[in-house]
Amino acid sequence: MSELRELYQEIILEHNKTPRNFGKIETANRTQEGYNPLCGDHLHVHLYVNGDQIEEISFEGSGCAISKASASLMTAAIKGAPVAEALELFEHFHQMLTAEVDEPVDDERLGKMAIFAGVREFPMRVKCATLAWHTMKAAVLDGQDPVSTE
Amino acid sequence: MTALVERPAMDPSHSIDVEKIRRDFPVLNEKIRDKKLAYFDNGATTQKPLTVIYAVQRFYTTENANIHRGVHFLSQQATFAYERARGRIGQFLNARDNSEIVFVRGTTEAINLVAHSYGRPNVGEGDEIIISHIEHHSNIVPWQMLCEEKGAKLKVVPINEAGEFLFDEYEKLLSERTKIVAVTHASNALGTILPIKEITALAHKHGAVTVVDGAQGVPHLPVDMQDLDCDFYAFSGHKLFGPTGVGVLYGKKQLLDAMPPWEGGGSMIQRVSFEGTTYADPPTRFEAGTPNIAGGIGLEAAIDYVNSVGREAIAAYETELYDYAVEAIGEVPGLRLIGTAREKVAVLSFVLGDIHPHDIGTILDAEGVAVRAGHHCAQPTMQFYQVPATVRASLAFYNTRGEIDTLVKALHKVNEVFQ
Repeated sequence: MSELRELYQEIILEHNKTPRNFGKIETANRTQEGYNPLCGDHLHVHLYVNGDQIEEISFEGSGCAISKASASLMTAAIKGAPVAEALELFEHFHQMLTAEVDEPVDDERLGKMAIFAGVREFPMRVKCATLAWHTMKAAVLDGQDPVSTE
Repeated sequence: MTALVERPAMDPSHSIDVEKIRRDFPVLNEKIRDKKLAYFDNGATTQKPLTVIYAVQRFYTTENANIHRGVHFLSQQATFAYERARGRIGQFLNARDNSEIVFVRGTTEAINLVAHSYGRPNVGEGDEIIISHIEHHSNIVPWQMLCEEKGAKLKVVPINEAGEFLFDEYEKLLSERTKIVAVTHASNALGTILPIKEITALAHKHGAVTVVDGAQGVPHLPVDMQDLDCDFYAFSGHKLFGPTGVGVLYGKKQLLDAMPPWEGGGSMIQRVSFEGTTYADPPTRFEAGTPNIAGGIGLEAAIDYVNSVGREAIAAYETELYDYAVEAIGEVPGLRLIGTAREKVAVLSFVLGDIHPHDIGTILDAEGVAVRAGHHCAQPTMQFYQVPATVRASLAFYNTRGEIDTLVKALHKVNEVFQ
């Protein structure tokens, strides 16, 4: 049960219940679809990128608490951030989730996203946590095809 | 709307000794995260009794050789054992002839084989193939591929809110253009039983053949091919307490006889020369290459096991357990059962408030409860109910009321976490 508490922390449950930046943004100039065919998590990430800056970001779709909270926290973390910073955070986040369970977590670099470290105990759920991030990355890099976690 | 399924009369005195049965399935004693395992993912794959495990072990330990090849002793033994397994499957399905039993890898391969070897020669431009709304992707996609290739049309029989096959609508879709009716015996996502016998009779009136996905039917329902009269019936060994990687395509002899091969290679030929090759008769024609010999033998052991428990006793026990489970999970606040057909196999598909099934699955797992959470490879079914996924507890005759109670307790815990 302690591992479960670690996974379903208050912040995650709260973001699942009231996700930030949920919905469409009218000014979006990038939209990317992300899909996890194994479990059916499905979302769209909308971005307004101005020069090197992510000025606006939102997401919409359906998925589990982990995928939704991860998307919500991601949008909060990178709204207003330079593109390079968002991509860097993606790398740190991705590294954390794919590292061994006992690997120390670099809180300083990850900020709030560090609370997803508990997901490592549940390998089947790692893709839930990373879906929004992969989708954001593809949107920033202006991918055309829907992103799949497979 | 008509639901034309009738279950065979069950004698409730044909009960089973579940504790004794559980001792035959070693994995059921496993501890999961320090909790007793409650395995409710039988729709995905069933656990294996010791007799099956030993049959596979015995084959590799004392009988292993390739079949239909050598004149040496072990090859003859292996050939004999494999063909005896085919015969047992033939009896189990009440086939007219053992040549109607084709060994395949599983249900998916069986359906693809029919789409290829029956579908391609018999379906042309403007023809129609009928499926139901509650098919598994493996009974949708092969037909879509065939339709695309041939310029044929795929027609879908709708369901009602309970998840029942609408027979009247099916009747309306049938015409002289219908060449194939491909339906599931029991829906994997909902548990709905389809009236195969009546569906087949009507299809035959219009000159169409029926292909039945029996993956979820075989473990729970009577499978008398002569009674159902369907033209093809497909199932997987591993969902019937047998090994993975082996399955069966039943096909009526006169249809198989007229069908071209599926894969080319060894075994499936009569004579090969560079000028041309003549093919072997069914079932060999459809069994190119060395098959899953141990798998076939393991499947025979699984059928023997199921027969020894008794098909009717199993069905009666599962029905009783299912009724108990429906009532028990009904107490969980926010729980909604998806698929409430009058005639169902023991499958409980549900959602719980707005909690995503994956979160439910993870929390149940922490309690040792194994369920399936997802779209069950039946996305059109999920779309019908406007849910992205469901939680599915699919029961087998080794499940107990105690395990259902564990499931219910764990579901209360889910509500606690997500309050």
